[in-house]
Amino acid sequence: MCLAVPGKILSVRDVDGDAAGPIATVDFQGSRVEASLAMTPEARAGDWVLVHAGFALTILDEDEARETFTSLRLALGDEPDGPAGLPPAPRGGAEPSEPSTH
Amino acid sequence: MPPRDARSLADEIASTLAGRRVTLMEVCGTHTVNLFRTGARSLLPPELRLISGPGCPVCVTGQGYVDLACELAAWPDVTVATYGDMIRVPGRTGSLEKQRGRGGDVTVVYSARDALRLARERPEHQVVFLAVGFETTTPATAATILEAEAGGVDNFFVLPGHKLVIPAMEALLAGGEVPIDGFLCPGHVSVIIGSAAYRPVAEKHGRPCVVAGFELAGMLEAVLMLVRQVVAGEARVENAYDLAVAEAGNAVARQLVDRVFRPAPAVWRAMGTLPASGLELKPAYRRYDARVHFGVAEGPDASPPGCRCGEVIQGKLDPPECGLFGVACTPLQPVGPCMVSSEGSCAAWYKYGRPGGGRGESR
Ligand code: SF4
Repeated sequence: MCLAVPGKILSVRDVDGDAAGPIATVDFQGSRVEASLAMTPEARAGDWVLVHAGFALTILDEDEARETFTSLRLALGDEPDGPAGLPPAPRGGAEPSEPSTH
Repeated sequence: MPPRDARSLADEIASTLAGRRVTLMEVCGTHTVNLFRTGARSLLPPELRLISGPGCPVCVTGQGYVDLACELAAWPDVTVATYGDMIRVPGRTGSLEKQRGRGGDVTVVYSARDALRLARERPEHQVVFLAVGFETTTPATAATILEAEAGGVDNFFVLPGHKLVIPAMEALLAGGEVPIDGFLCPGHVSVIIGSAAYRPVAEKHGRPCVVAGFELAGMLEAVLMLVRQVVAGEARVENAYDLAVAEAGNAVARQLVDRVFRPAPAVWRAMGTLPASGLELKPAYRRYDARVHFGVAEGPDASPPGCRCGEVIQGKLDPPECGLFGVACTPLQPVGPCMVSSEGSCAAWYKYGRPGGGRGESR
């Protein structure tokens, strides 16, 4: 459940309604996911962040983030039962992925 | 530090140990899985024993919590929103998935904010978010409660089940039943709490603590740092994941948590109630607690007959030593939560640890 994945912020909108912080659109190798910047309010478009369950936990150094991205992806694999912390699957969109273990 | 080749790291671990038997606990379930998946375990010498710890949130959640979630899902007009890995955990009368099959309203969400969105979309429903997880996950729950408050959303509730990692580590050491020479500390919990948070474990209990990332070389690097300390008789905190983890962690995230929650006793599966090891809502936010709103309480913790998850999460038992492992209990027909969760120790051993699938022998 403590999985978190690095992605790059494409854009930031300021506090969205009642949210506890700005909301960013984050790119994870092609799939775009919304993430709250409530814990990293200083993050800007272009920054790499580590995202868990829809929230950016911390800002990452770009070069290191790039380097670890591939190995992290490999390490995280594609769990069938949709662990928390991972953006909802390559299908993209904001729909949660349902468990598919039948 | 420059990335090192896994083989040379493994060789250095072996030469540093020089035959000495050392037991390290990986606290985090994601480490348990990745130590298998990346092949790290198969590179390590036999005298190094790795045991799983209480770091799989789904596994340490008591059965009473699961039962209460199932009970709420059966209430009319209640929607239970949960992270995906909770849905198949067996309770006394079945899992949330079974409850959904019986007509209960259970929805899987990726984020606490998605649960809040559900509440906004369904004003006639009462949405209960299952707030489980460690320090990595807790700030998201706190921020979402603050968002519900700011938006005046009055049909959003949480079932607090968050837990704190360090009290569990200290409880294991105080119990004294498990020989632990050092801790491989969870990477993403540490992003929030900071590497400095392990100092009491290192200093008071004399056990080295090294924060580790999740890829092969990073995990081996951390193991090497631990082994060096154990052999030298040292007990310090080191950080092998400085890419993401700062000594002081993320103070903004911790402030979010402190606004909404305060430490409280918590029930850990088969470990009983550990003092100050969980979080309860502060009085100003208690109206978001589903237990308060619905006037319900958690029943006792229990384990399915024959399931030894409680010992597994305390590092007392390797999964294959459970009589049900791989026979009555498999990922398709899980008996206990350690086989359900993708980061449960039993699931990891089943998938990667059997003969032919890496180092499978239990020692
Ligand atoms: S193998 Fe199954 S029954 Fe045995 S401890 Fe693990 S989850 Fe429980």
